[in-house]
Parts: sequence; C-alpha cells; structure tokens
Amino acid sequence: MSEEIQAIDARGKLCPEPVVLTRKAMDTFPGEALLILVDSPVAKENVSRLAKKQGYKVTINDEDGDYLITIKR
Amino acid sequence: MDEKKLIALSGAVIGMLGVLLVFLGNARNYGICVACFIRDIAGGLGLHRAEVVQYIRPEVSGFILGAFIIALLAGEFRARGGSSPLLRFILGFIVIVGALIFLGCPLRMVLRLAAGDLNALVGLGGFTAGIYIGIIFLRRGFSLGRNYSMGSSNGYVLPAIAIILLLLVIIRPSFIFFSESGPGSLFAPIFLSLLAGLVVGALVQRSRLCMAGGIRDLFLIKDPHLFYGTLALFLAALVSSLAFGYFQLGFLDQPIAHTDGAWNFIGMLVVGLGSVLLGGCPLRQIIMGSEGDTDAGLTFLGMLTGAAFMHNFGLAASPAGVPVNGQIAVVISLVVLVVIAVSNCKVSMPVKSSKSFPSGTPKKF
Repeated sequence: MSEEIQAIDARGKLCPEPVVLTRKAMDTFPGEALLILVDSPVAKENVSRLAKKQGYKVTINDEDGDYLITIKR
Repeated sequence: MDEKKLIALSGAVIGMLGVLLVFLGNARNYGICVACFIRDIAGGLGLHRAEVVQYIRPEVSGFILGAFIIALLAGEFRARGGSSPLLRFILGFIVIVGALIFLGCPLRMVLRLAAGDLNALVGLGGFTAGIYIGIIFLRRGFSLGRNYSMGSSNGYVLPAIAIILLLLVIIRPSFIFFSESGPGSLFAPIFLSLLAGLVVGALVQRSRLCMAGGIRDLFLIKDPHLFYGTLALFLAALVSSLAFGYFQLGFLDQPIAHTDGAWNFIGMLVVGLGSVLLGGCPLRQIIMGSEGDTDAGLTFLGMLTGAAFMHNFGLAASPAGVPVNGQIAVVISLVVLVVIAVSNCKVSMPVKSSKSFPSGTPKKF
C-alpha cells in the first residue's frame, strides 16, 4: 500500500498541457508531493524542468514508456 | 550535452543554415520557411497554379526524415493519434492562411528580422499577441484532448510521404511543376537542401526547439529555456546575414515582403494563436509528425491544403500587398480560431486525490 498523493494523469496530452496541469496542482496544493503521469519524453523533460525550477526534488520512474514523475519539496 | 547548450546550439546552427541556404541558391530571406516551402510543394504538385511558387522543396523531406531517423535512434518514435484530428487539420490550414498573409512562418519571421526587415518586427508583435491570447485559453483549460497509441504503420505515413516527395523532385516526372521565374525558381542544389533539412530536423527533434513555445513559456511558466533557442537562432542569422552582405535595415524593398503593417500584424497573430492551440509552431508540427504523432501529420496535410487554397484562389499576399479576399480569409480564420478555442475550454480541477497507483509509484514521501 502506498500513501495518498495528489496524482495528475497527463498521459497523451501534448505540451504545454502537462506543464499547465502541474503548475495548477502546485498552486492548489502548495508544498505537497505530487505524482504526474506522462507518456512522452518531451512532457517528462518539461514537467521535470518546471518542478526543479520551483524547488521540488524530482524522481522519475520509467514504466514501459509511461513516466511516473514524483515531485516533492 | 545539457539541455540549455543543446537548444542554443540548435538555434545557432539553424540560424546559420537559414542564411547559408540563400547563399546556396534559395531566394533572399528565404533560406528556411516552413509555410513558403509547403506552399511551394503544393505548387510543385499542381495543387495550385501560381507559377512563381512551384517547387517541391527537398528541405521539408529533410526535416521529416531527419527527425524520423533521430527519433527512431533515440527510442522516441511512437505512433499515436486521436487528439481532435480534424480540428488540428483545420488549425494547420488556418496557421498557413496567417503565414501567407504575413509571408513567412515564425522561423522566417526571425530570419527576416535578422536580415534587417523591420516588417518582421510588426509580425513579431502580432505573433506575440496571438501567443498571449492563446495562453489565456490555456489557462482556462483549453485542450484538444489526449492522444492514444496506435499501430506503428500509422507513424510511417509522413516519412513515406517525405520519400515520395523527394523522389518526385529528383526524377522530375512530367506532371510535376517547376517555376521558371520568381522565388520558386530559386533553390539550392537538391542534395544540399536535403542535407540542411536533415540537420534541422534532427536538431529540432533533439532540442525541442519551437518558435511559438519560446515566447509561450516565457509568459506561461516564466521559463526562458525554449526562448534561448529562438534567441540563438536570431543572433546566428544576424551574424551570418552581416557576413554574407544580406543585411539591409528598413521597411521598404525587403525581399519577398510587403509593408502593410496591419495585415503583417494580424497574419502573425493568427499564426501565434493557432500555434499555441496546436501546441507548437509549423516546424514543430512537422517534427512531431515525424516522431509518429499522426495528429501532427494531419496538421501538416492541413497546412498543405491551406497553402493550396491560398494560392488557388489568389488570397495570399505578395510584395504588392494583401488582396482584399486574403484580408477576408484571415479575419474569418481568426474568428474560427476563437470559436475553436472557446469551445474546447473546460474549467476543471485537473488534480484528483488517488489511493491506488500504477505499480512502480514511489511509496515513501
């Protein structure tokens, strides 16, 4: 069992949507850990870049072309 | 190489190639222009009969094949689609309408600016305004919906089209058109055009360079990353234009340009807004299509159709200015863009609390 975390499923969405959704989540749940699911390398890079810029630590798990990006302060 | 260096290098190389291709034979300030190239290809295929703009530009085949090959090698090729394909076709059509009113895609706008064409500065104003309007819709939840994985063969269609176009320009069958005068008659040697295209395609695929994305991200997330690419492209093109003696500052007598400020502004406003709704500038659409995104592939076909319409019905601008029917077309395009944008906004909470995750989720926070 894993803990509860705010999750955003941005798979299949083109840039900049995953970034916009991540940004909204950061504003809605300030300081909380977030899980973002994307399935394109471009989205993975952009979401990671945004998170690092906002001072989050970024962990990425690659699951068969789906990237699970966990970000936390 | 880190991301920042890669995007700066890509921009610089493309800026330089954009001027070098003029030296090698392309028309002035016309080293690279996605909109004009697609328009020339439409002419070469006989989809319009404007005799001065008919040539199947090998650079475009190069963009597609360069991005396709490098995406395959990098493991980033994945056939996908289903994100509002027909709307994207229309958006591609509309972006070309705007570009052919201004006379250039965002990339050519930067190349024109770097060669001293101040009309492009007006275009840049319109482009930025269009992007800003697009961001308003993005913030209101604009989305064309997600895409889904597809069978690989879907992703090979655009590269196959690129190869066919290349064969047509090399073999020169009798049903293909070649301009005998005007910009369409000015071109670099086929092999060099193709080579430059391959390099551009590969670089944009790796660096994610996007003329619309650069300005968009500055506003949207205060991230200058992509904009560095645009900046590097401009500076490299500026230095190259000066070095080759192509630089001439002013509004008047600029190559393949008109001085009608209002329509330059509105044309590029349509391109900016359309590009944001699509998720990238025309070049970026071609690159995404080459990575297996069939929606972007369809956007390319929309651009080809739009270019054919613009010249078939005499709507496109020329150095003489913008015809009245072209003005009507671009205003209608703007209205359609707003309708598409408004009707695809859903104000929703994107975030949901979830207790079950796919496997592999980190368990400790």
